[in-house]
Amino acid sequence: MTAHQIDHLSPQVRNANETNDRRPGTPRRGSGFLDEPFQLGLTPSATVGPYLSIGLTWADGPHAVAEGTEGAIWLRGRVFDGNGDLVPDAMIETWQADPDGRFDHPDAPQGERRYPGFRGFGRSHTVEPAGEYGILTLKPGRVDDGKGGLQAPHVDVSVFARGLLDRVVTRIYFADEADANAEDDVLAALPDDASRRTLIARPSDDGYVLDIHLQGDDETVFFAV
Amino acid sequence: MTGTTSRAPRPAADSALELPRYLRESDDRRTPVAYAGYRSTALRAPLRTPVDLPQRLTEVTGPVLGEDRVTAADADLTLRMGGEAQGQRINVFGRVLDSDGRPVPDTLVEVWQANAAGRYRHVGDNWPAPLDPHFDGLGRVMTDSLGRYEFTTIQPGAYPWGNHHNAWRPAHIHFSLFGRAFTQRLVTQMYFPGDPLFWQDPIFNAIPPSARHRAIATFDLDRTQDNWALAFHWDIVLRGTDQTPFETDDDGDVA
Ligand SMILES: [Fe+3]
Repeated sequence: MTAHQIDHLSPQVRNANETNDRRPGTPRRGSGFLDEPFQLGLTPSATVGPYLSIGLTWADGPHAVAEGTEGAIWLRGRVFDGNGDLVPDAMIETWQADPDGRFDHPDAPQGERRYPGFRGFGRSHTVEPAGEYGILTLKPGRVDDGKGGLQAPHVDVSVFARGLLDRVVTRIYFADEADANAEDDVLAALPDDASRRTLIARPSDDGYVLDIHLQGDDETVFFAV
Repeated sequence: MTGTTSRAPRPAADSALELPRYLRESDDRRTPVAYAGYRSTALRAPLRTPVDLPQRLTEVTGPVLGEDRVTAADADLTLRMGGEAQGQRINVFGRVLDSDGRPVPDTLVEVWQANAAGRYRHVGDNWPAPLDPHFDGLGRVMTDSLGRYEFTTIQPGAYPWGNHHNAWRPAHIHFSLFGRAFTQRLVTQMYFPGDPLFWQDPIFNAIPPSARHRAIATFDLDRTQDNWALAFHWDIVLRGTDQTPFETDDDGDVA
């Protein structure tokens, strides 16, 4: 392998060879013109490995909203592998709207935000108790679906662990939002109720619970974003 | 919180939102979630094909973790607990860009690594190499307004990891980046040029061959510091946005 191969995103450049690079009308190598928008190649992902907690631990990590905030709930669950064993060294990250469906972000619609101390982002390791994550947050509101409708309340979730070379992405929905869930086109696009159930958290004593199954008969639905 | 944008602000109306769309790289250029040679993937990497998720507000926004999380001391891993770490001092620097070539300013970069002997300060790491009382292996920096980052550390050692007989991880530094959107989240590893361990490492070789060089830093003599530190340059490229999804007025004839 050469140390630095040049990446050509353009198939017309990439696939050029002695037999096809002189067809009339075909951009020639070295013509000086790009035939597609210039793009840098992305940095490839890698696993977090077993020692992720060194670099990715914050004291307030699990707190998507400040402790003591009125109406705060815990999102909890466990992470299981293909043997049904708890995964004790995973990390969950969550990202979500506030209860009004708003995001504190320059690309989101601006407007009054009524939830001081709401960060929208949570990070929890599944170390203690073993295999369990916990995120303190506010229940999200419904969010514009970009097509004139509303999505059901949801939380975007990234799962990182040793043994995952890239994060895997899923969503948490809420069992007591049956009407909104029925209107949600992401849920509707899933093949069956069994798939949908893997995303729907059920109410618990202090919030909601949803287990994540990386593999198995009840493997969680994961998304490509 | 910091909120510098590299783009003009979006319209504020709730209807007819014009959202950026983050490009997805083709599967033959991204690291797969599972790789046969990396044993731990067997029971952990999901087996079903992921479902396409449309990019909407939740996906094109993301946490903006700011300066308040970082101190100047977090950028120098060689000075911890009142003393100096053992090992070859290095500066690691570069830019965080998106695939359109735009810098990603004011974004948090988290790094962690083994010490010079290849040992992590972690209860789970018990291979018999010495811990360094002055090295914890944790660094945090913010990119500046041009997307630049830099930190000082020591050259991490290789370490054995039991994946297969005589398996050694090439020296590497773990990196975590947020960018400005959920879609841009990236956790990766930076390698050092010319490492003789690449060929036997399934975590490195899980990267498609055409993308492997992007995980390897470049030695930069110009940035070494006389009588002080070597220097390695590594630019990190996050997913960029599709520039033209909504511009339908133009017939595209730009010649
Ligand atoms: Fe490592």
